[in-house]
Amino acid sequence: MTNKQLEKRFNALKTVAAVAVALVFAFVIIAFISDNVGEAVYQFLVGPLLRPSRIINVFERMTPLLFTGTAICIMYQANVFNMVGEGAFLIAASMATWFVTSNSTMGRLPIIAVCLIVGIGTGVLAAVIPAVLKIKFKANEIVSSLMMNYILLKISDYMLLYVLKDTASGLQASYPIPEQAKLTKITASFVKGTKLHSGFIIGLIVCVVAYLFIYRTKWGYEIRMVGANRSFAKYSGIKVLGVALATQLIGGGIAGLGGAVEILGYYDRFIWYGTQPGYGFDGVLVGVLAGNNPIMVPFAALFLAYLRSGAACMSRATDVPVEFVDVLQGIIIILVAAELFLAKTKHKLIVNNAKKNLEKEESAK
Amino acid sequence: MIKDIFSLICTPAFLASVIRVTAPILFAALGGIFASRSGIFNMALESMLLWAALVGVIVSAAVKKMVLGGLTMGQAGYEAALSKANLFGCIAGFVCGVGVSVFVGLFLAYMGIKLRANLYLTGLAINTISTGGTVFVLYLAAGEKGISTSLSSCTMPVINIPIIKDIPIIGEIISGQNLMVYIAFICIPIVHIIINKTTLGLRIRAVGENANAAESVGVDVQNIQFKALALSGLFAGMGGITLSMAAVSFFSRGMSAGKGFMAMSAMNVGKATPLGTAAAALIFGVFDAASNALKTLSIPTQFIAALPYAATLVALVVFAIQSEKKARKIRALQDK
Repeated sequence: MTNKQLEKRFNALKTVAAVAVALVFAFVIIAFISDNVGEAVYQFLVGPLLRPSRIINVFERMTPLLFTGTAICIMYQANVFNMVGEGAFLIAASMATWFVTSNSTMGRLPIIAVCLIVGIGTGVLAAVIPAVLKIKFKANEIVSSLMMNYILLKISDYMLLYVLKDTASGLQASYPIPEQAKLTKITASFVKGTKLHSGFIIGLIVCVVAYLFIYRTKWGYEIRMVGANRSFAKYSGIKVLGVALATQLIGGGIAGLGGAVEILGYYDRFIWYGTQPGYGFDGVLVGVLAGNNPIMVPFAALFLAYLRSGAACMSRATDVPVEFVDVLQGIIIILVAAELFLAKTKHKLIVNNAKKNLEKEESAK
Repeated sequence: MIKDIFSLICTPAFLASVIRVTAPILFAALGGIFASRSGIFNMALESMLLWAALVGVIVSAAVKKMVLGGLTMGQAGYEAALSKANLFGCIAGFVCGVGVSVFVGLFLAYMGIKLRANLYLTGLAINTISTGGTVFVLYLAAGEKGISTSLSSCTMPVINIPIIKDIPIIGEIISGQNLMVYIAFICIPIVHIIINKTTLGLRIRAVGENANAAESVGVDVQNIQFKALALSGLFAGMGGITLSMAAVSFFSRGMSAGKGFMAMSAMNVGKATPLGTAAAALIFGVFDAASNALKTLSIPTQFIAALPYAATLVALVVFAIQSEKKARKIRALQDK
C-alpha cells in the first residue's frame, strides 16, 4: 500500500469513527433525558424506514443538501470557508418565487428553465460581496458571509412581506406557485402524499458534473492547487485570486440553483420568514463528511437526511427535541477536522504498513 | 425624513440606549482581544454569548426557586425572601453562565490547539452546536423552544449614581443603567492592565507576535493560548449575562443575533487594543440602537434591521485596508 492509499483509508476510518462518537453521544443524551429510552432509540435509528412514505421523505430532505453540500465542496477545495450558501439558497428561492408568480402565463419548459437560471444568477450575486471583499481586501470570508446571510435574510423577509405576499392567504406566504412551473413529482403516483421531485435528479447531476469539473478539468486542477498550496499555485502561474473568486461565485450559483429547485419542487408557496432554513449550514457537514469530493456528496447528504428524519420521528414519538441533531453535526465536523484525532491509530497504521513494505522488499531480494 | 431621524436620535433616551446595547458587544469584543493577541481566531464568541445567556437564566431561576422555597406572594416573610432569592439567583446565574462560556473557550482550545483541528471549521462547528444545543437545553429546562419566559429568572440591579443622576441630560444618559453595563465599561481599563501590565499579558502578546520566539525562551505556548481563550470566555460570558439578565429577564433562541461577529469586527477595527476596541464597539452600539429606534419610521423595518450587519461588513473592509497598509509599510522597511 502506498502512503497515499493509506491516507485515504485512514481518513475514511476517521470519518466513520467521528460519526460513531457522535452517535454514542446521542444515545447517552437520549438515555439521560428520555422517559422511554427504548422507543426513542428505536425511532431514531429505524423510524425513517418504518413506512414507505418515510423512506421517500428521507430523499426529499436530501435534495437541497445535494446542492448546498456540493457548493461547500467546491469552495472548501480552494480553502475558502465562505458560508454564503445559506443566504444564497434563501434569496434565490425568494427571487425564483418572485419570477414565477409574476410570469405565471409562460409555458412549462421556458418558465422552469428561466426560473432555474434566475436562481443561479441570484446565488452568484449573493456571493459577490463576500467574495470580492475576500479577494480585494482580504477580509475574512466567514465573518463577511455570515453577516451577508443576515442581510439576505432581511431582504428575503422584505420581499415576502411587501412583494410576494398573498394578501388573500391568512398565512405569511407568497402567491401560489403556478402549476406548470412545478417540477415533476417522481413518486407521488406510487406512494401517496410524497413530494420527491425531479430536482433530486438535478441534484445528482450537479454532484457528478462538479466531480468531473474538480477532478477532470484544468480549472478544477487549479482550484485544488490553490487549496493545497497557495504559494506553489501562485509561482506555477495560476491566477490565485481569480480562482478563489470563481470558486465562491460557482458555490453561490449552485446553492442558488438549489434554492430555486427546492421552491419549484417541494413547496406550493414561499413560506420562509424570519429564520434561515439552515440548508447552507447543513451543507458544511455534508461537505466535510464527503471530504470535499462532490461524488461523495449524495452519500453524506443521505446520511444527514436520515439523521434528521430519524430525529424527527423520535421527537414525534417521544419527548426528545430535534435540535440535538445540530449538536451531533457539530461534533462530527470537529472530529473529522481534528488532525490529531486518532493520531495514534494513524501512527500504528503507518508503521505496520512500512514494516509490510519492507518485508516485501526483503523477500523480493 | 432626515428631520425625523434626527428627532429620534438626538435624545438622551437614544444615547442611553446606545450605552445599553453596546455593553454585550463590548464584553465580547474585550474577550476577543485575548484570543487575537495570543494569535488565535476566536470564532466562538457568538457561542459564548449564547451559552452564558441561557445558563445564566436557567441557573438563576432554579436558585431563586430554591431560596424562595414554598413561599408565595403575600405570605409572611415573602418580601425578604424574594430579595434574598434575587441576590443569590443573580450571583449563581452569573457564575455558572460565565463558567460555561469559559468552558466553550477551553473546548475550542482543546480541539483547535491540542487536536489541531482547523480553527475556522471548529468555530463554525461550535456555533452549529450552540444554535441547536441552546434550543435543546432551553426545551428541557423551560418546556419551550422559543423563549424562556416560563422560568422566573433574575435580573441584575439597576444602579443610580448619586450626584450624576441629578445632572440634567448627562444624568439621564449615564445614570440608571444596569450594573452589567457599568461593569462592561470598567472592564476596559482592566483588560488594558491585564494585557499590558501583567506577566500573563506579556506572554500572551509574545505568543501572538511570534510563537516560535516565545517558545525558544521557555514560554509554554499551548498553555498561554489555553489561558487566553479562557479569559476570552470569561469576558464574552459576561456579555451573555448582559443579554439575558439585564435589560430583559429571559433567553430567546438565537438571541445573540450575530453580536459575537460584530464584536469580532469591532476588536479587529480597534486593532485589538482595549480603548480602540471599545470605541469601535460603541459605533456598533450606535447602529444597533438605531436599528431599534428607527423602527417607527416609514422605512421598512427589514432594511433598518440590516444596518448593524452592513456596518460589520464595512468594518471588515476598513480593518482589511488598515492591515494591508501596515503590511506594505513593513515590506517597505524590509526592502530598505
